[in-house]
Amino acid sequence: MKKRFRTSLIFLILFVTSGYAFGMSEAFKNNIFNPGQLKPVDSILKVKVGDKAPDFALPSLSGDKISLGQFKGEKNVVISFVPAAWTPVCSDQWPGYNLAKVIFDKNDAVLLGITVDNIPTLYAWTNQMGKLWFPVLSDFWPHGNAASMFGVLRSDGVTERALFIIDKSGILRYAHVSDINKRPDLKDLVTALEKLNNK
Amino acid sequence: MKKTSIVNYVVILLLVFAGILFAEIAPPEEGGVLPDVILSLPDEPVHQKYLGITENKKAFHISEIDAEILLIEIFSMYCPYCQKDAPAVNELYDKIAQDGNLKDKIKLIGIGAGNSPFEVDFFRNTYKIQFPLFADGDFSIHKRLGEVRTPFFIGVKIKKDGTHNIFYTKQGAIEDAPKFLSLILDKAGI
Repeated sequence: MKKRFRTSLIFLILFVTSGYAFGMSEAFKNNIFNPGQLKPVDSILKVKVGDKAPDFALPSLSGDKISLGQFKGEKNVVISFVPAAWTPVCSDQWPGYNLAKVIFDKNDAVLLGITVDNIPTLYAWTNQMGKLWFPVLSDFWPHGNAASMFGVLRSDGVTERALFIIDKSGILRYAHVSDINKRPDLKDLVTALEKLNNK
Repeated sequence: MKKTSIVNYVVILLLVFAGILFAEIAPPEEGGVLPDVILSLPDEPVHQKYLGITENKKAFHISEIDAEILLIEIFSMYCPYCQKDAPAVNELYDKIAQDGNLKDKIKLIGIGAGNSPFEVDFFRNTYKIQFPLFADGDFSIHKRLGEVRTPFFIGVKIKKDGTHNIFYTKQGAIEDAPKFLSLILDKAGI
């Protein structure tokens, strides 16, 4: 009986807390798979602020391979790992960054959007977002290799919802792993970028 | 009463309570009324004046807005269609503001579903939006409005006695501001 009560209570809590309505843009109508509430964080960071950021080279939608190292000495780099294409929160996040180009420009930063999806999937998904100004990279194969170097690959093979800022000398200046079920407030990223630029 | 019966009773009560509180809410419909949505008073005096909420209130009900017709846009700065449609919505606002016969009768507000105050401000500044926008960072208003897809437009008639009714709803972008305004005037009987 206690078990039944506990099960009902867990069901109730899950039901009550599953109230976030991300991915509601008409742009994605009927095309978003809702995985439900997930474990907020399911990996352990392997990097910390002040470390030299691990380098990677990944294929992008444009066909070019893009590495972190190629921006060294030139641009600050913001990396946005999002868990998966065609899911609620992820489908919202990059269109917002697309609108916020001016903030990245102002802080002499480029944005690299990364998921573990393959290129054809990323192509179809990002087409729904309008024309993105930033490169979208596929960490599909070897699966999640770049995500794993940062310690943001979850046990089910998708990545965390994570943001990293790497300065022009290749040093990690900001690392934030969000609850996978929620979109991080743009304000936090802007504050971190401005802090970096004011140093 | 046996202990197991009491436990069963509590579980059923909890589930019924949750069902009532969190049942899926239907989107606004023509002929219906809005749920009792409370908004925070905007900081800008120009917006307070526009809404006719100039008293020292921290919050107000939508039906307190000084307008015959209120157009509500549910938007998100993260929604590509809302971004694309923002110039058309601005044009709609301008057309109303420039018409001496309409400017005091029809008011516009926007509610940023899942958007923090910073994100709403960013959207406002990016598109130079003149009408008041409100943050709904925790989706609480969005949930009460049936978790509609964005953008979503609701036309509300506010009567002098403070009651109101919804005379129009639209899922998706308005695209053509003059056409949309004509439709609104026609539907509202102005």
